[in-house]
Amino acid sequence: MKALRWHGKGDIRCETVPDPEIEHPRDAIIKVTSCAICGSDLHLYNHFMPGMKKGDIVGHEFMGEVVEVGQDARGALKVGDRVVVPFTIICGECDQCRRGNFSVCERTNRNAELAATAFGHTTAGLFGYTHLTGGYPGGQAEYVRVPFADKTHIKIPDGLTDEQVLFLGDIFPTGWQAAVQCDIEPTDTVAIWGAGPVGQMAIRSAVLLGAKQVVAIDRLPERLSMARAGGAITINFEEESVIERLNELTNGKGPEKCIDSVGLESHVSMSHPDTVLDRAKQAVMLESDRPHVLREMIYVCRPAGVISVPGVYGGLVDKIPFGALMNKGLTLRTGQTHVNRWTDDLLRRIQEGQIDPSFVITHTVGLEQGPEMYEIFRDKKDGCIKVVIKP
Amino acid sequence: MPHHRSRRSPQMSRQSADALARGLGWFSIALGAVEVFGGRSVARWLGMEQNEKLLRAYGVREIMTGVGILASRDPTPWIWGRVAGDALDLATLGKGLTDPNAERDRVVMATGAVASVTVLDIICANALTGQPPQPRQLRWDYSDRSGLPKPAQQMRGAASDFRAPRDMRIPEALRPYKQPQGNEFPRPSM
Repeated sequence: MKALRWHGKGDIRCETVPDPEIEHPRDAIIKVTSCAICGSDLHLYNHFMPGMKKGDIVGHEFMGEVVEVGQDARGALKVGDRVVVPFTIICGECDQCRRGNFSVCERTNRNAELAATAFGHTTAGLFGYTHLTGGYPGGQAEYVRVPFADKTHIKIPDGLTDEQVLFLGDIFPTGWQAAVQCDIEPTDTVAIWGAGPVGQMAIRSAVLLGAKQVVAIDRLPERLSMARAGGAITINFEEESVIERLNELTNGKGPEKCIDSVGLESHVSMSHPDTVLDRAKQAVMLESDRPHVLREMIYVCRPAGVISVPGVYGGLVDKIPFGALMNKGLTLRTGQTHVNRWTDDLLRRIQEGQIDPSFVITHTVGLEQGPEMYEIFRDKKDGCIKVVIKP
Repeated sequence: MPHHRSRRSPQMSRQSADALARGLGWFSIALGAVEVFGGRSVARWLGMEQNEKLLRAYGVREIMTGVGILASRDPTPWIWGRVAGDALDLATLGKGLTDPNAERDRVVMATGAVASVTVLDIICANALTGQPPQPRQLRWDYSDRSGLPKPAQQMRGAASDFRAPRDMRIPEALRPYKQPQGNEFPRPSM
């Protein structure tokens, strides 16, 4: 089969690899009908995440048709079922899964010791996302093996297109969880840094959950135009001060809820000297992530407010104003997405027409064009916001 | 002179002026680093050893101006700052021209170099002055992509049937205060 494989920084190739096979009775094989390039795939592409090996198949946002089912997964799945696969692999039985904390499933990371060394404890196995999270082959391929498939799936009813439901596997529940973690009140201003795919989903989620005011912060006009379409007031950080404008919009009090949909690769700009310093430190391995957004959020968030971080961070960050965080009594909520915790509800909302997540797709290509689209998406060329690949 | 600027502005777009300003910013940092870290050598080369500390101070000024140019959204005041700095440099070099201990030929060469950069600084400052920074242009308009069936304002709160799970709710004490009744003080909603 064909698959997109990582070969190093900026080097993704479409190559022929052996078809996946059932390796465990709980496995299933999925024929991928649609997959997407996620913003967090760019962290791999830019080689900011440790634990990748040459030849790894990437991709963690995908869906398709079940073509083979392991013996122990047959009660839950059958050949022909149409499923979206959550990017977090879950056992459904461990303490964390029973609490709904699926992204920290205790059993599915087959490199649990490695993860525990890096993070203190293991987190869930993820598709196509470094050997720290299990080194499972990803879904930017024609076929993929889904471990723990009896639990790691979302069944899709007839009548919905791939484009409508594909993002249930990652960015939609990620944006939703980011907003849910804010526990939005009708009086809240929710500020969202980053109007990429997750930011766009967070904007719609905050609107649907009833925020009084949603503010999106980015620098790319096309992303800001999409944010405005979703009901956000926009701030272009290249043209105006984020802090000043947010304070202006909240009578000087700051937003009650702040969402970081940017993560470890904050835009480097001379107008934000801390980002230049972070980039220099990254280059000499003195810091792994660029946390400009975290700093800005902590500074501007209203005292007793909430900071929600769906954006991916990988390691160590410097100069976090923890004094401000503590003295302002801020609540910090983080985490990879507990995808299956939200998907029944979100699928219902899509079916009822409350939202159609396909609005975010700007490019649809074949698998062979995948490597080129990684570059276009990374460089934010051609108005690219979300790439869907049809293997 | 009132039409002086209007005659010059069309010669250089804001975009070109910004690019020139960035170049001058990096040049400023590089020159400043040479003056700070190689102050003694430069002073000796000019035969102006007594000005070594002054040269280092000028280096610090150059670095600060360079960072200011590169870090600000509008570099105009910083470029004018460079012009003022150039005047100081030229005054100091002019003093060197009358110093019998100075290497006159080298001082003349340095004065020429500073004068050339001064011309660039003045051109850049003039081009920037009065032209606001250019906003990035909207080439791809996604303002019709809401993903919502009705205008966003009408969809506000459409998911109000959702109940946040207990572990994701903010602490009760941090919820907005209830409206006070009568003369009571506001109380948290807990």
